[in-house]
Amino acid sequence: MQIVVDLTRCQGYAQCVFLAPEVFTLHDQEALLYQPAVPEVQRERARQAAAACPVQAILLGEEVSPGAR
Amino acid sequence: MTAETLLERITDYTNRPDPWPLYAELREAGPVVRQADGSHLVGTYHEILALLHDPRISADPRSRTTPSPEPAGELPKPPFLRLDDPEHHRLRTLAMRPFGPPHSPARVDSLRGEINRITAELIESLRGRERVDIVDDFAYPLPVTVICRLLGVPRKDEPMFREWTDVIVAAADIGPGEDTHQQDKAAMQARQEMGHYLLDLADQRRGRPTGDLLSAFVNEPDPTQRLTPDELASTAVLLLIAGHETTVNLITNGVLTLLRRPDQLDVLRREPGLLPRAVEELLRYEPPVHMRERYPLADVDIAGSTLPKGAPVVLAMASGNRDPARFPDPDRFDPTRSDNEHLGFGSGVHLCFGGPLARIEAQIALGALISRLGTATLLQDPPPYRANAMLRGPRHLPLEFAPD
Amino acid sequence: MPGDLLQSRIVVVGASLAGLRAAERLRDEGFTGSLTIVGDEPHPPYDRPPLSKQVLFGKVPAHSTGLPMRRDPHAEWRLGVPATGLDTGRKQVLLADGESLPYDRVLIATGTRARPWPHPQEAALDGVFTLRTSDDAELLAERLNAGPRRVLVIGGGFTGSEIASACRERGIEVTLTERGPAPLVGALGGTLAKLAAAMQRNHGVDLRCGVTVSALRGDGRFTGADLSDGSRIDADVCVVAMGAVRNVEWLAESGLAAGVRGVACDAGCRAFNMYGIVTDDVFVAGDVSRFPHPLFDYQLLSLEHWRNAVEQAEVAAHNMVSPEPRRRPHLAVPTFWSSQFGLNIKSVGVPTFSDHVVIAQGSLEARRLAMVYGFRGRVTAAVTVDMAKSLEYYQNLIETAAPFPPVSGASDRPPAAEVPVPSDVPDPSGLYHGPTVALTGHLPDRRLVMMRPTG
Repeated sequence: MQIVVDLTRCQGYAQCVFLAPEVFTLHDQEALLYQPAVPEVQRERARQAAAACPVQAILLGEEVSPGAR
Repeated sequence: MTAETLLERITDYTNRPDPWPLYAELREAGPVVRQADGSHLVGTYHEILALLHDPRISADPRSRTTPSPEPAGELPKPPFLRLDDPEHHRLRTLAMRPFGPPHSPARVDSLRGEINRITAELIESLRGRERVDIVDDFAYPLPVTVICRLLGVPRKDEPMFREWTDVIVAAADIGPGEDTHQQDKAAMQARQEMGHYLLDLADQRRGRPTGDLLSAFVNEPDPTQRLTPDELASTAVLLLIAGHETTVNLITNGVLTLLRRPDQLDVLRREPGLLPRAVEELLRYEPPVHMRERYPLADVDIAGSTLPKGAPVVLAMASGNRDPARFPDPDRFDPTRSDNEHLGFGSGVHLCFGGPLARIEAQIALGALISRLGTATLLQDPPPYRANAMLRGPRHLPLEFAPD
Repeated sequence: MPGDLLQSRIVVVGASLAGLRAAERLRDEGFTGSLTIVGDEPHPPYDRPPLSKQVLFGKVPAHSTGLPMRRDPHAEWRLGVPATGLDTGRKQVLLADGESLPYDRVLIATGTRARPWPHPQEAALDGVFTLRTSDDAELLAERLNAGPRRVLVIGGGFTGSEIASACRERGIEVTLTERGPAPLVGALGGTLAKLAAAMQRNHGVDLRCGVTVSALRGDGRFTGADLSDGSRIDADVCVVAMGAVRNVEWLAESGLAAGVRGVACDAGCRAFNMYGIVTDDVFVAGDVSRFPHPLFDYQLLSLEHWRNAVEQAEVAAHNMVSPEPRRRPHLAVPTFWSSQFGLNIKSVGVPTFSDHVVIAQGSLEARRLAMVYGFRGRVTAAVTVDMAKSLEYYQNLIETAAPFPPVSGASDRPPAAEVPVPSDVPDPSGLYHGPTVALTGHLPDRRLVMMRPTG
C-alpha cells in the first residue's frame, strides 16, 4: 500500500500524525513528512488517518505494478 | 414565521430532536440571516468555512460590542478555545506539547489499549441486562474515564466536576439575546472552583510526575514553554470539559443513528473496516457540536451581506454539514461517503483540539457495540434530549436487548 | 461523436504524476478505448517531492515513493522507452526502440529534467549530482549516508534550499551558493528571501550569495569548487540545483509551439502549433506546458507545481474525450509548498506577479506569517510560513481580485500591515534558480513604482 499526501491541500491539522504516528510526522510546527510505502502493520492506522484528514488530502492505494496492462 | 426568529426556533428545546428542517429554512433564507436581536446566523457550508478561516473573525467574547458591550472587566480571559491568534496559538501550542505532535505524536495512539480495556469493562457490565441507557451506562462513563486518566484527575471526583461542568456548559450555550447575567455569574464561579481544584491536583504532581497532562504542564522545565497558574487552570478546565461533554454525544448519536438505519448497521457489521469513515460520516450527519459564536473585528462582507463589527455571528456548522450545495444527498447517512470534508470538528485554527481522541473513542466504542446492536430496539424515539442547543445530544438513550 | 472519442486510441507521453492522473481521469470519463502510457524512466509513476526531503533525511528509501493509483487506468505501460518524435500528420508517437504508436489523441506530459552543470567534464566528476529522479535521489542519499565532510549546493531555489536543509538536519556541513542576492528571492521576492537567508544561516549553512561557481575541481573525484569572488570551497559532494529543463527536444520536428519554456497550449490544454493555431488532437499537461491564465493577464504560465500537474492533467483528460461544448478551462489558482529548516512555506497565486507586499498576519520575528502580494492595487498572491490554515482566505482574495492592500482587521495583524513595501522580485536571468512560478511574459515590477495605499 502506498500513500501520497496532497501537501497543497494540507493545512497542518496533523490529525494523521495523531492516528498513525509511525507513518506521518510533523517536522516542527507544520511541515508534514510521511512514509510513502506503508508497512503491513500500519495499514489500518493509515486508513484511519486518511479518513480523518479534515481536507481529505491523503490518498491510499496500490502503485502501478511494472508490466501491468 | 420569519427568518428573523430562526435562532430562537433552532434553540427552542421543543425543536431539539429535529432541528434539520429549521437548518434547511436557514440555508434557504441565507447565506446570512439577520436575527431580531442584531446577531447574524450563517448556515451554508462555504460561507461557514470562509468565516472560520477569516482572520478578521474573532472567537473572543470580549470582541462583542453589540447589542450590548460586556461591562469592562466583567469577563475574565477565556480559555484558548475562545481566544484569537497570536495568544490562542501560543496557549494551544503549549497545551499540545504533552498531548500531540510535534512533541508527543504518539500520546493519543498509545491510549488505544486502555480505551479498549475500559470499553470492554463497560460492555461486560451490560451483559445480561435487558434494559440499558446508552448514555449513563456507556457513552458517558467511557470518555469521562479516559479524560480522567489522560489529564490526571481522580475518577471518583466525577460527581463534583460534573456539577461544575453542567453550570459552565449551560452558560456557554447559544441562544437569542435573553438576560444570561445570573447564569454567567454562576459559570464564572464554577470555572474558578474547578480551576482551583485542577491547580491543586497539578501542584500535588509538582516534582512527582505521574505521566498525565497535569504532571506534564506543571513540570515543564522550560519556563518559556510553561503555562502560568491561571493559564493552566483555564486550560485544564477546558480539556476536562471538552474531553467528555462532546464525545458522549458522538457515541450516543452513533448508536441512535445506527439503530434508526438497520441497513447501515448491517453494512458496518459485515465490514468493520468502514468504521473510521462511518465515524466521519457521523460527525457530518449528527455532529456533537451544532454551532459556534463569533464576532467580526471589522465589517466583513460575505455573500452579499455585511457582518457588522462586534455583532455576534452564529455559525451553524451542523447546518453546513447538511448543505446540498456541498454534500450530495446530505440527509442520507452514508458511511461509504467520499469527499467528506465535514465541519463536525470545525475548521481553521480552532479545529477541535481533542478530535483525534474523540475519533478513537468513538471507533472503539461503536466497534465494540455494533455486534450487540442487532438484537437491540430503541425504547423511545426520539429520545429525551439534553437542554443544550450547542452541544446537542440525547440525555438518555434507553434500549432493550433481546435476551441472549 | 462522443461515442467515437470514448472508444478511440489515446497515447499519454509521460509516466509521472500528470500522466497517471490523466489516465485515471480518462477512465473516470468513460473512456473504453486503448490507452498507452510511455515513460522514459524504467520506474512506474512515483512522487518526487519526498526525494528532496524524507529521502535525503535518510528516513525513506529513494525507490519507495511510488504513487498510489486512484483507480487502475487499465493502460499499457511502455516504461524505460523515451519518445523520440511526434508525427502529427500520421498521428504517431515515435519511440526510441523504433516502434511507433498510432493515436487518435495524444497527451504530452513529459515534464522536466534537472538542468545539468554546463561543463560536461566537470559534471562527470564522481560526487557531482543533480536531483530530479528517484535514481538521482538514491545516489545522492547513499553519498550523504557515507558522511561527507562538506556538501556544496549550487543554486538557492526551493530544491537547493531543501537539499541544504536535509544536509543540516543530518549534521552534514553544507555550503550553498546563489548568484542572486538571497535564496528563494526569484520565487518569493525580497522580504521572504531575507527570512530564508536568516534561516539558512541560523541552521549553520555556509550561505554565499552574489557569487557564481566558476569551476568544479577534482581529478576523477570532485574535491571542491572555485567561486567568482576568488574563494575556494573544499567539498566532496556537489549538488547542482540550477532549475529545470523542459523535455521538449522530442517535439522538435512536430510543428508544435514547443520551446525552452515548454509547449504552449490554450486554457483547455490543447497544444498550439508553431503558427499559434490550436490543434485538435494534441493536448498538454504538467510541468512541460505553458498556458494562459485570466487572473494573470492571460500571460502564459509555466508552473513546476505538483498540484498543477494533477489539475491540468484532469482537465486535459476530460477535454480529450469531450465534445467541444462540454470542454472545461484549466483555471485553478497556482499553489505550491516547500518545507525547509523546519518551516512550512505555502504559496497561492503568482508571487512574482506583484509590485508590492504586506505582512498581513504574524511576523518575520515569530517566523510565522502570512504575506500578501499585490499588483496594481489588487491581490495576486499570498505566501504563508507556518500559517497554512490562513491560506484559503487569501486564495479567495486572489480569486475575487480583492483590492490590495487587503482590508485589515486580523487579530494577529502586525503594525507593518499598513505599509506595503516593494515586492522586490528580481530579473530571473540574474539568478541560479529560476522562479518556480515563471511568468514567461514580463515581470510586472521591474519599475518598482511605489504605490500609496488607499483608504
